[in-house]
Amino acid sequence: MAKRKPLLKKKSTMAAARPLRVSPALQQEVEQFLYRQAELLDTRQWQAWIDLFADDGIYWMPPDASYKTWDGQPAIFAEDKNLMTVRMGRVLHPDAWSQRPLWGTNHVVSNVVVQKSSASELLVKSRFHMMELRRDDVRHFAGSYLHTLRKTRDGYRIALQRVDMTNAQAAYDYVLQVWV
Amino acid sequence: MLRENVPDLSRFVEPDRVRRELYTDPEIFELEMQRIHERVWIYCGHLSQIPKAGDYYTVQIGRQPMIMVRRSDGGVSVLYNRCPHRGNMICGDQKGNTGDQFRCSYHAWTFHQDGRLKNIPMMESGYQGTRLMELRGRSDADCNMKPAARVEVYRGFVFASLAKDGPTLKEFLGKSIVAFDDMCDRAPEGEVEIVPNCFRVIQHSNWKLFMENQIDALHPSVTHQSTGRAAHEVEKQIAKKAKKGEAPLSYHMLSAFATVTIDKWDNFQTINYPYGHCILTGYMGLRPQDPDTLAYDRIMIAKYGRKRFEEIIGVNIHHVLVYPGLSVQSPLQQLRAVRPLGVDRTLTEIWHFRLKGAPEAIYRRSLAYYNLVNSPATLINADDLENFWKCHQGLASDGGDWVSFHRHYGRDLEKDGGVESGPGMGTSEAPMRNQMKAWTEYMRG
Repeated sequence: MAKRKPLLKKKSTMAAARPLRVSPALQQEVEQFLYRQAELLDTRQWQAWIDLFADDGIYWMPPDASYKTWDGQPAIFAEDKNLMTVRMGRVLHPDAWSQRPLWGTNHVVSNVVVQKSSASELLVKSRFHMMELRRDDVRHFAGSYLHTLRKTRDGYRIALQRVDMTNAQAAYDYVLQVWV
Repeated sequence: MLRENVPDLSRFVEPDRVRRELYTDPEIFELEMQRIHERVWIYCGHLSQIPKAGDYYTVQIGRQPMIMVRRSDGGVSVLYNRCPHRGNMICGDQKGNTGDQFRCSYHAWTFHQDGRLKNIPMMESGYQGTRLMELRGRSDADCNMKPAARVEVYRGFVFASLAKDGPTLKEFLGKSIVAFDDMCDRAPEGEVEIVPNCFRVIQHSNWKLFMENQIDALHPSVTHQSTGRAAHEVEKQIAKKAKKGEAPLSYHMLSAFATVTIDKWDNFQTINYPYGHCILTGYMGLRPQDPDTLAYDRIMIAKYGRKRFEEIIGVNIHHVLVYPGLSVQSPLQQLRAVRPLGVDRTLTEIWHFRLKGAPEAIYRRSLAYYNLVNSPATLINADDLENFWKCHQGLASDGGDWVSFHRHYGRDLEKDGGVESGPGMGTSEAPMRNQMKAWTEYMRG
């Protein structure tokens, strides 16, 4: 018979959960960057949204939280800037039929935590809630973002944005036309 | 529940047009579930989804919740997902491993993997002398989980029929079996394995609208013009800057939706078969000579020999429709299963496969298509779904009673047990007419 595991762990896991201490200025900078990114989506400034990514930046939404990499794996989104440009071109095309109806989104981004900070990069976790109106129907999408932000001369650029959407594996009532 | 008074549905279907009620009437939908989906061979899944004993997936056949499970003897059972006690669903989740028995969450009745009753708590004292125990021991006893009437597996693809009589799976599939052969033969090991992710998308429209769309050669350049154009623009930019002057294949997959203009689709061909199946032929294009394809070709030739390899690669298919619920793009290993939920509500389950023994670079082509076209962030299907919804809205109106399938009517060719669209008439609505002909035969009962 296998040894029974103790109900209480000996070592506290509190140490792992202790957040990184960052300056209020850095915290604010990072938050404002994320708010701006969401604002660009809600105001449909697609090119400006794409410009927030580094040249080799990737927008990634895995099928579920267990995925470790976007490369060579199924993904809901796994887009470099070229593919982002295709998506933008499609959405702006006069014959994008599914763009004709009433449609809009509203994002709230919060719970912004800087997990890692180095001279060149930041790793930032946050949570989001997006409400989408399409015709007369409201849908909600929510989850977490994990941004790898690169420090450049022109400010932060997104090297990798990982979006773990709580809804990711549920059946979709309609599809996602643009980034969440 | 069986309906005794079945209206004469044949007056709803004429050779070149059908009544809109086929898509909007809930009573017709209920009959379809009874007479089509709950009778014919329906795709449940692939064996590679359930590799270990006890692995299961739940799946809908018509209106029936079912379980597809791998037994310890290596075989597969397809069971009604229902406890014989008080009707509780046995499996309330999409997938899992049940070990060597199923156990109901309500009163802990247990069942073997093939559905036979294993044990009931305090069974002897509780049921001695009752009718339940009289019949126990019979495979069809009421105390067992009921199995699907028939289960057959073809090259790993699991099908079940809820009717005990009818054609065998191979008889039913007929020439549409090429969907699975074309997929598996392209694998050096002659087999595919599932990539274990299913995207599920709901359409607010009748299941038949989806089936008619899959082999509709006329719509791609119209419906998907926006994506085709956008991809073409980016493709050109990438090609300009690229060393070999070419963009990755994935751009071509998308730009083809615009660059293959509406008239060019007449160069394709549909071949339509009994039971409603259809094959849409593909481009007879030049064979790619890039290093990845050549490496794959070499492996294939080593496995199959040049003659067989040429036969395999020469299979010229774009899409196979296996009526009433499968849309297969065999050269790209994509599979969509259709689960009707209501007259105006349909679920599609979207999968793709890996060719066993093929180089990673070849898998990445299927993956690119899966991610770009078949994911919930699809650049293609968004506009199809918009059409499906608008079709349902329009069909529910009194603005017309008929749906037209007149295109190239009278010019199809009967050949080798199938009905082919005529030469240069790939946009013929022959597939729709063929599906409706099969529909009438099924519905007659």
